[in-house]
Amino acid sequence: MNPAPPTSVAEDYLSRDRTLRSWLTTTDHKRIAILYLIAITGFFAVAATAAALMRWELLSPRGDLMVSDIYNRLFTLHGVTMVWFFLIPSIPTVLGNFILPLMIGARDVAFPRLNLASWYIFMAGGAITLFAIVAGGVDTGWTFYTPYSSTYANGNVMAMAAGVFVAGFSSIATGLNFIVTIHTLRAPGLTWFRLPLFVWSLYSTSLILVLATPVLAVTLALIMVERGLGVGVFDPRLGGDPLLFQHLFWFYSHPAVYIMILPGMGVVSELVTTFARKRIFGYRIMALATLSIALLGFLVWGHHMFVSSQSVYAGLVFSLLSFLVSVPSAIKVFNWTATLRGGSISFDAPFLFALGFLALFTIGGLTGLFLATLAVDVHLHDTYFVVAHFHYIMVGGMVMAYMGGFHYWWPKISGRLFPRRPAQVAAITIFLGFNLTFFPQFILGYLGMPRRFHLYPPEFHTLNVISTLGAAVLGIGYVMPLVYFAWSALRGQPAPNNPWHATGLEWTTPSPPPEHNFDRVPVVTGPPYDYPGPDA
Amino acid sequence: MNSLAPCVLGMIDGSMAGASRIGPAVDAIFWSLTITCTTVALAVGAYIAWCLVRYRRGSAAPRPRPRWPEWWWETIWIAATSVIFLAFYWAGARVYLRMEEPPPGAVPVDVVGRQWMWDIRHADGRREFNALHVPVGQPIQLRLSSEDVIHSFAVPAFRLKQDLVPGKTTVAWFEAMRPGRYPIYCDQYCGASHSEMNGEIVAETPADFSAWAAQTRDGNSSLARGRRLFVLDGCAGCHRGADRRRAPSLDGLYGRTVDLADGGHVPADDEYLRESIASPGRRIVAGYAATMPSYDGTLGVTDIADLVVYLRQLKAAAPRVASSR
Repeated sequence: MNPAPPTSVAEDYLSRDRTLRSWLTTTDHKRIAILYLIAITGFFAVAATAAALMRWELLSPRGDLMVSDIYNRLFTLHGVTMVWFFLIPSIPTVLGNFILPLMIGARDVAFPRLNLASWYIFMAGGAITLFAIVAGGVDTGWTFYTPYSSTYANGNVMAMAAGVFVAGFSSIATGLNFIVTIHTLRAPGLTWFRLPLFVWSLYSTSLILVLATPVLAVTLALIMVERGLGVGVFDPRLGGDPLLFQHLFWFYSHPAVYIMILPGMGVVSELVTTFARKRIFGYRIMALATLSIALLGFLVWGHHMFVSSQSVYAGLVFSLLSFLVSVPSAIKVFNWTATLRGGSISFDAPFLFALGFLALFTIGGLTGLFLATLAVDVHLHDTYFVVAHFHYIMVGGMVMAYMGGFHYWWPKISGRLFPRRPAQVAAITIFLGFNLTFFPQFILGYLGMPRRFHLYPPEFHTLNVISTLGAAVLGIGYVMPLVYFAWSALRGQPAPNNPWHATGLEWTTPSPPPEHNFDRVPVVTGPPYDYPGPDA
Repeated sequence: MNSLAPCVLGMIDGSMAGASRIGPAVDAIFWSLTITCTTVALAVGAYIAWCLVRYRRGSAAPRPRPRWPEWWWETIWIAATSVIFLAFYWAGARVYLRMEEPPPGAVPVDVVGRQWMWDIRHADGRREFNALHVPVGQPIQLRLSSEDVIHSFAVPAFRLKQDLVPGKTTVAWFEAMRPGRYPIYCDQYCGASHSEMNGEIVAETPADFSAWAAQTRDGNSSLARGRRLFVLDGCAGCHRGADRRRAPSLDGLYGRTVDLADGGHVPADDEYLRESIASPGRRIVAGYAATMPSYDGTLGVTDIADLVVYLRQLKAAAPRVASSR
């Protein structure tokens, strides 16, 4: 790629105007990314605290820290906040917002004001959800299964459903914004098959956001209609069908799993190529695999219902499709691995996070095969095996990728370097803590411990103690970056434009970039990841 | 830490394995998956580790060009994973189909789930709470219904799980192979005391089971309740006695084929009996008008289950002739 000449003396986006008002009314995608960063870090802290309390309680089989009602509210709070207010927005709204326009040589996203609006909608949804928690909480689990949620639960289901409903519009707005941006604002010469894989992953994610989120909105609205107005939709006593809810909910929520993991895959492609200094192996297949995961992801929701009494034949079809959707994921793992061969590998923190992603995502993906296998799922369904499996994907995969991407682009975002060694230690701590927390849960699930269990039989005690121990290590790992990033923001060394010697247009801008990103529109003349070949 | 060893050993020697008829088939797939996945994960991990060492920045190792074109590798990967995946799909689907089809001769047991207990009825009207006594070697067909929210009847040792969905009856089956006590859990979150909705299956030798059955023959069974409800709720008013103009006799009904007003036929099984109490207008017996009121709302799932137990044995107690009394 042709590096654009460095910007002259224009002020960077951070120091242009330091007033609070300028931040709250900004339409600069980079500042909006920072607004999202602050918001989702807060939500992550709330959700993680809930998890910590749960793990603390599970230290003993007989609940002696809290009553069941509180425990049930904690796991609901943890799930709702993590899924809708951290995992789904995390990479797209923070890293995507900041990097996407820079990566494609644009000055901003296609609809900068819509971008700001989506942050305010997100905050409104978050505020309603927090209100529901403070006003007494909800104990339905993040899945809101009917008729429990619509008739029997006595928490603030209406408020929490409303919060998620509102936040959904912010997802739709962001998805729409990204799709239009990628279609219309690519720099001259930046053809579809020259796009970095991170852009492909954001594009696929946005498609899901736009297509699936409305279904969630409809589903939540129907719960509110039944609960508030007594109109029978899901409760059989009112003439409704409880399984209808599960179909609608998973029609959104399974694709939502891919909303959470696809951007992580995109980030990891960037990290592996940069730190191996090598072109990605199988670029086109990688791009198409991303897209096909997004599309096939819409056709597998019934695998959440193998024991729900849905038709046996539906089960047979959904199982087959679930195996099918794992093929492109497997191909990606093989391609990342092959990219390392013949590279020139350095072990900076972002790459350590990417390696962690590779290991944990592989375990998460392989254990997904167990759950796609019909007869085996009957045994493992709704046990801790499932909890472990999706945490390997969501936390092991997604959060590792988010951390890796955040470390990787931090010099660009802040204009400062972070200390190398502590970041490496944090990556390793998080990896070890994570495995210690969640690997025992696979065994618990195989032995039959059901999920969402406040009290549990004593034979599950030891493994739960190990898991809680791991959670403590994981917690330490998560606090470490807060410390060194704060230090870096205040005292860190100024970052050069391209500290990792990476390709990609975002590294041709100053660190931090000026408000308009590029003085001159860059022109792209070659493929992405144009690192020196094997002969060099 | 002292219970870790049994946990791990339990996994390896499979102290739960073989507890039910279907268990070994499930475990065979589970362990094949475990071995295959572990092998693949270790192989990929070892290859990555080898790359990391050999191709670390600054190492003198030559960086060769790949020998084969990329699409070659992609084809191999796609083909290999697809074949392995299809094999596991096939294995899992076959056993799942077996799980869905109760073997002939399975003895029916009704399970009603409610917040937060298991209410269990044997075919002869004997009733148990949070426990189910069964003889080993006898397939049991569970007919599951819920009085409130969704529950899930899970017996990990038997590799058995089936949701109970309000508004319908779901079916599952098992056959215990070894005497023992096996925990039942509710695996679908169902409210405050979800984690206390437990029970156990007590599998006994046929002799022990008969002894237990002889001990627990009591008057307060489901059958007795059903008989009482049949009178109290007015069923007897129309369905009993010599006058057959308003309603058909129910004696000897169970298991017979019923001619319907619309010309169709239906076997008088549990599902039809339940439906005819809750929504009598849906399938009318030939020769009668749709005059019976719906008892949905008046009678709970439990009451209807008791009535069905009573109706079922009317066949044995009073075959065919008992219409003048």
